[in-house]
Amino acid sequence: MTASFSSGWKDLLQDLLHRGTSSGADLVEVFMERTDHLGLLAEQDTITSVNPSFSRGAGLRVFLNGRDGFVSTNDLSREGLTRSLDQALAMLGLVAGSPAAVPSFQGLNDLTDHGTTKQDWLARCPDLTMASGRLLQGTVHLQRFGQHLQVRRGSYSRDWQEVLVAASDGTFARDIRLHQSTGLSVLAADGEHRSSVGRRYGSTDRPDDLKNWDCESSAAEVCESAGKMLRAEYVDAGQMPAVLANRFGGVIFHEACGHLLETTQIERGTTPFAESVGTQIAHPAVTAIDEGLSGGAFGSMSMDDEGMAPQRTVLIKDGILQRFISDRAGELRTGHRRTGSGRRQSHAFAAASRMRNTFIDAGPHSPDELIASVDSGLYCKAMGGGSVGPTGQFNFAVEEGYLIENGNLTKPVKGATLIGDAKEVMPRISMCANDLELAAGFCGSVSGSIFVTVGQPHIKVDSITVGGR
Amino acid sequence: MTSTDQSSDNRLNAGALQDQLHRLASQSGIRQWDLGAACSDDCSVQVDRGEAKQLKAAQRSSITVRVWNSDGLIGITSTTDLSPEGLEQALLGAHQASRLGNPDDVPAFSPLATAPLPELDRPLKERQGILPLLDTLRQAEADLLGRHPAIQTVPYNGLAESLSQSLYLNSDGALRQMERTQASLYLYARAEESGRKPRSSGAVRLALGSDDLDISGCIQEAADRTVSHLAYQPIETGSYRICFTPEAFLSLIGAFSSMLNARAVLDGVSLSQRDDLGSRIAVPFLSLHDDGLHPENIGAAPFDGEGTPTQRLSLIEGGVLKSFLHSEATARAFGVQPTGHAGLGAKVSVGPDWFVVSSSDGCDSGRSLDHRSESNPFVLIEDLSALHAGVKASQGSFSLPFDGWLVKGGERISVEAATVAGDIRQLLNNIIHLEPESEVTTRGVSPHVWVDGLSITGEA
Repeated sequence: MTASFSSGWKDLLQDLLHRGTSSGADLVEVFMERTDHLGLLAEQDTITSVNPSFSRGAGLRVFLNGRDGFVSTNDLSREGLTRSLDQALAMLGLVAGSPAAVPSFQGLNDLTDHGTTKQDWLARCPDLTMASGRLLQGTVHLQRFGQHLQVRRGSYSRDWQEVLVAASDGTFARDIRLHQSTGLSVLAADGEHRSSVGRRYGSTDRPDDLKNWDCESSAAEVCESAGKMLRAEYVDAGQMPAVLANRFGGVIFHEACGHLLETTQIERGTTPFAESVGTQIAHPAVTAIDEGLSGGAFGSMSMDDEGMAPQRTVLIKDGILQRFISDRAGELRTGHRRTGSGRRQSHAFAAASRMRNTFIDAGPHSPDELIASVDSGLYCKAMGGGSVGPTGQFNFAVEEGYLIENGNLTKPVKGATLIGDAKEVMPRISMCANDLELAAGFCGSVSGSIFVTVGQPHIKVDSITVGGR
Repeated sequence: MTSTDQSSDNRLNAGALQDQLHRLASQSGIRQWDLGAACSDDCSVQVDRGEAKQLKAAQRSSITVRVWNSDGLIGITSTTDLSPEGLEQALLGAHQASRLGNPDDVPAFSPLATAPLPELDRPLKERQGILPLLDTLRQAEADLLGRHPAIQTVPYNGLAESLSQSLYLNSDGALRQMERTQASLYLYARAEESGRKPRSSGAVRLALGSDDLDISGCIQEAADRTVSHLAYQPIETGSYRICFTPEAFLSLIGAFSSMLNARAVLDGVSLSQRDDLGSRIAVPFLSLHDDGLHPENIGAAPFDGEGTPTQRLSLIEGGVLKSFLHSEATARAFGVQPTGHAGLGAKVSVGPDWFVVSSSDGCDSGRSLDHRSESNPFVLIEDLSALHAGVKASQGSFSLPFDGWLVKGGERISVEAATVAGDIRQLLNNIIHLEPESEVTTRGVSPHVWVDGLSITGEA
């Protein structure tokens, strides 16, 4: 890797920003990035893949009258960055070197360096020997706890990222981020019966995370789930009440509502909630929050990808919509104030308003009270992936489900997909339990795949469509 | 960036790259290595009700280096830094990673890495540049918005063109390189009528260059699809006769392609077993090829990540599993030749290029079902979504939201919010008919495919 980003870049970046604003741009932003990634895969009792990768690059964005031009490049030389800036200016009809306006740029602020205390994080991360050893411990534990296991896998991913953001509003900030995730998965097979179950654990800013990972309990959790689901029958389709477990159950809010509260959705005209701030959009039992502050959570950060400190943003309070998640472009185009939510996968993407740690807040009930309130329904213990379409229609898969009969959990069922419409489902979340927990995940959207946290306590949905057979 | 192997216009210099790797490897005592590299120059536009929403351009470069250490184990590293320092760092990183190479599965150079390549008729097309693209997309959006009063926005749209270059080199002297241009247009409209739920649908077109894009066809298809779903109704949960459009059927086959993937078979995560070759896995009138060289495949490449030539491969013939997709390592394990479907990696991945679904020679279903004229009720599935969430490839099951129609007596009623569920193995054996005409899609080629007895869940 080349030398760290530092205030030594200030002169070059100021020159670029001045070049942009003196050409008539309303605002110019430069995002620079270096990454160091390591991926490992263990299968059965062997390390089968080691994938290190490095990258560096920059994304330059120019705003003019609410529009923006964005250029990304791997070339961080003065010539490369200038060429990219000129290309971005030209997209908006601006010509560098032909002053069209008196530049408003007054120079960059002093560097706000969030990375100073994180300089040694990469060196403190597990080396190849330690990381591979931990994964193999995990697959050994899977073998110990599981039955009928055809495949045992452990995976580890370490993403170190250094970013420097400079913008013509004076923003000049640097940060270092460290995300690690560890996963275990199995495929159990017995004759025609099959179940595949996986769990992923993730953290940010914790170099010792893999060392401290309790691979034994993780393996036990995966194997218990796979065992339960191996001979499960397919769920009967229909409309029914559902209780969704805490942690990953939060994907329902992420998909059903969270995406619709990003300003990118207002810009597109794809959210039904654009004019709903201050109105009741969910059951009074629901309070929902998006924030980037929880220690160690996958979606936490010292600053967003536009250099702004993250906030704790209450989205819904007692069912009433409070505000949207906004980035720089979102503020410019929709008037919703920035919330420190400008995020992107890498320099190759322009930042957009994206969720961070998003969760439904805890309520007053115990999980057992929720289950006991259902005569006949579905208990979703573990959720899979999901998505939401441009009309607000969402869906997500249930990885581990059980029937609820007369207020009790009974037999395991598989093959369930929950589908619905945010506007209709949010008012049906009628009970929240007192066991809020977060879970690490990834979210793919307009600015790429990013680290996020979903979460919730156990919640009860009065009625939802369950797809099955 | 100062580089001897990449010019200022983001083009790779294969000869310089090869010389540099030879020198660096020699200095490090590395005798066997190979490398895949790619560069691209892309631009794209999006519009919103007549205004430019975002204009984007990207110059990307990347290389992946593999080395074999003195114990014969392999390591790999990727980087976007093509400077001499970046290459050296990648080479040394790969050498370090080779300490953990898997001794039970060591990829080798493809025996076909220097074999003659197929001829591809894919001329490089002139690129228009971003401002002409913007004008074209603005006009396309305006045309689409004008097609029906209920179409109020086109929230997802994009027009893009790119020039990309890729190459493969190895220390035995293999040198493959290719350049291609590609353009794409997508228009995804949202329509809403008073008191009713919004509906959304769209269309995609690909071409070698943006001048060749079928823009009017894309607008027409996006409008027709979107408007056709306005008069929606809920569907009753139950078991239905289904007709998949070519696009939908290819999506489903693609989601379960691990059935045909030798890597997945060897890893134990495929529905297929090694000795399934030669056994019947589908109805006898179904055949499936992978044909990356198909003339309609805009993204065709003459070689894969290991330098193996691309080829047309028979996967299912007369319902019988004939072959798997292979890399060098999986082919060696099966005692066959690699098929040109590998990606470069420490553990080499395998994937399909371009599926072609067809009726088997001299064999048909004996039926004459036609989705345009069938009088008995059926569900026409136009497009499947959320395949990443709703498909359990290693179990064979799927439960997927879809866009489509309940067709009764020739009348099409758009289906509101429903999922289709089933098992891919049962589905392949419950196909009751392949219509005679095939359609080219962005995913491959297929006719309409009829299947009996699939479960559909409707939203009450």
